[in-house]
Amino acid sequence: MEKTKRKGAVIFSKYSRGEGIKRLLSISREEVLFELRDSKLKGRGGAGFPTATKWNIVAAAISSQKYIICNADEGEPGTFKDRVLLLEYPELVFDGMVIAGYTIGAKHGIVYLRGEYEYILQSLEDYLAKMRNDNLLGKNILGKEGFDFDISIRLGSGAYVCGEETALIESLEGNRGEARNRPPYPVNTGYMGKPTVVNNVETLASVPHIIVKGGEWFKKYGTDRSTGSKLFSVSGDCGRPGVYELPWGTKISELLDLVGARNTKAVQVGGASGTCIPKSQFDRTLAYEDAATGGSIMIFNESRNMLHVLKNFMEFFVEESCGQCTPCRIGNTKLLEGVEMIEKGEFTFNYINQLKELGRTMQVASKCGLGQSSPNSFISILENFKEEIFNGNGGAHGK
Amino acid sequence: MLVTEKNAMTEEIEQLVEKYGSKRSSLLSILQDIQRKHKYIPDFAQQEVARLLDIHPVEVFSVISFYAFLNTKPKGKNIIRLCQTISCDMQGKSAVAKSIERELGIKFGETSKDNKFTLEYANCVGMCDQGPAMIINERVYYKLTPEKAIEILNGLK
Repeated sequence: MEKTKRKGAVIFSKYSRGEGIKRLLSISREEVLFELRDSKLKGRGGAGFPTATKWNIVAAAISSQKYIICNADEGEPGTFKDRVLLLEYPELVFDGMVIAGYTIGAKHGIVYLRGEYEYILQSLEDYLAKMRNDNLLGKNILGKEGFDFDISIRLGSGAYVCGEETALIESLEGNRGEARNRPPYPVNTGYMGKPTVVNNVETLASVPHIIVKGGEWFKKYGTDRSTGSKLFSVSGDCGRPGVYELPWGTKISELLDLVGARNTKAVQVGGASGTCIPKSQFDRTLAYEDAATGGSIMIFNESRNMLHVLKNFMEFFVEESCGQCTPCRIGNTKLLEGVEMIEKGEFTFNYINQLKELGRTMQVASKCGLGQSSPNSFISILENFKEEIFNGNGGAHGK
Repeated sequence: MLVTEKNAMTEEIEQLVEKYGSKRSSLLSILQDIQRKHKYIPDFAQQEVARLLDIHPVEVFSVISFYAFLNTKPKGKNIIRLCQTISCDMQGKSAVAKSIERELGIKFGETSKDNKFTLEYANCVGMCDQGPAMIINERVYYKLTPEKAIEILNGLK
């Protein structure tokens, strides 16, 4: 498999295995939380919840059992950074989990690996065995009395919705992967009803660097509200697709230059559940406060039919909606039907506007993030590319 | 199912329950192992899993029906899952899809008569930078061309 295209200054900076765990021998849980808070690290899955806050709630909880779960159910279309992290940098992810276990008081960590990545499983198991061998996992880690922690890996079975943290927990408990009502949040009532931290692979991979190099160092990169760097999974129409580590705050146009994209018409930021950004907005920045993303960047050049792109996304959501709540189950089907009507030229503008309204209803009425974000592409593509879609270059009248 | 087959299946499931534990949270792991070996989870296996985990068989069926990679009807020895999501689509998924259909003489969703192949689509498999991609059983193949895809299929038993 091809290697990472661009190594940045944070996640891919120098790190030797076990370094972060060794650091724990001399610092307290409070100090770990302090560095984490100072770093202003936010969740890399896309939602951007402050990691220190999440850890703090579970650390403060009184419970006989606590869990740290690594969400490796990377299913968002156009995202593959976790694959690269798990294949090439397992030490970052697992050391991050050990640090989390130490800090929140969990003895057990679970990696929920998507079923599609089963081919990575063996190398991860081998790596865990090596860690146990070196006493980086197990009882009294590195000789520290009472520092017990171990990690197990569980596989998913091809359900996108299991990337949602409560659906993921349901799946781990042996149930259908249907999202729960929130609150209560997993930090209070998580896996097996116990306080649980669920973190993205990339979030955990950032932690060891912060513990070794400090929150102050981490904050030097990125913007004030989006600190550190981000791994962008770049695919689509460009000369050099791959994983790019760039500081938050990078302009979309800068990224396009870097990856060798030409004649770009649109960039889908954040995968199928993200937003489609037209050329006129390429000076926007990739950051939580502007164009937020879990890392998926899909590039479309002038030759692409945006209605076709939208149809592909809507087919995805119709298949992946778990069917539990009505706005998402019926809503996505209606939006897809709308796209097909436009394709055939059998639509009215009034009806399309009603569908956009329906999309806005789904954004507030759906139970979990899937249905809340699936109308994003529908709304943004139809708004930003209405000339192409309705005036003749594509869709009803074009090719 | 023959009595001997049933006995073998029961024994197999008892071993899996021993390996993963008889808790509800072991259910998915047990089902995944049965699926991997038999390419589906027969009715009898569902009943046995339910009995050993002390849950209703319908609970087991309910879980199987939720996940795309678990199924209750037999599938071919090799399950081909071609990624249909946009990045692979733009890199030539359709041509690969057509060539596989032609070569195997089946459509997507079907199993070949000799039970060797089941052909399906998958949603994004995380190889967007190296598409088109497909997963066969537990392995991933990428940068496919129609010709390369057929060579890969020919190499399978």
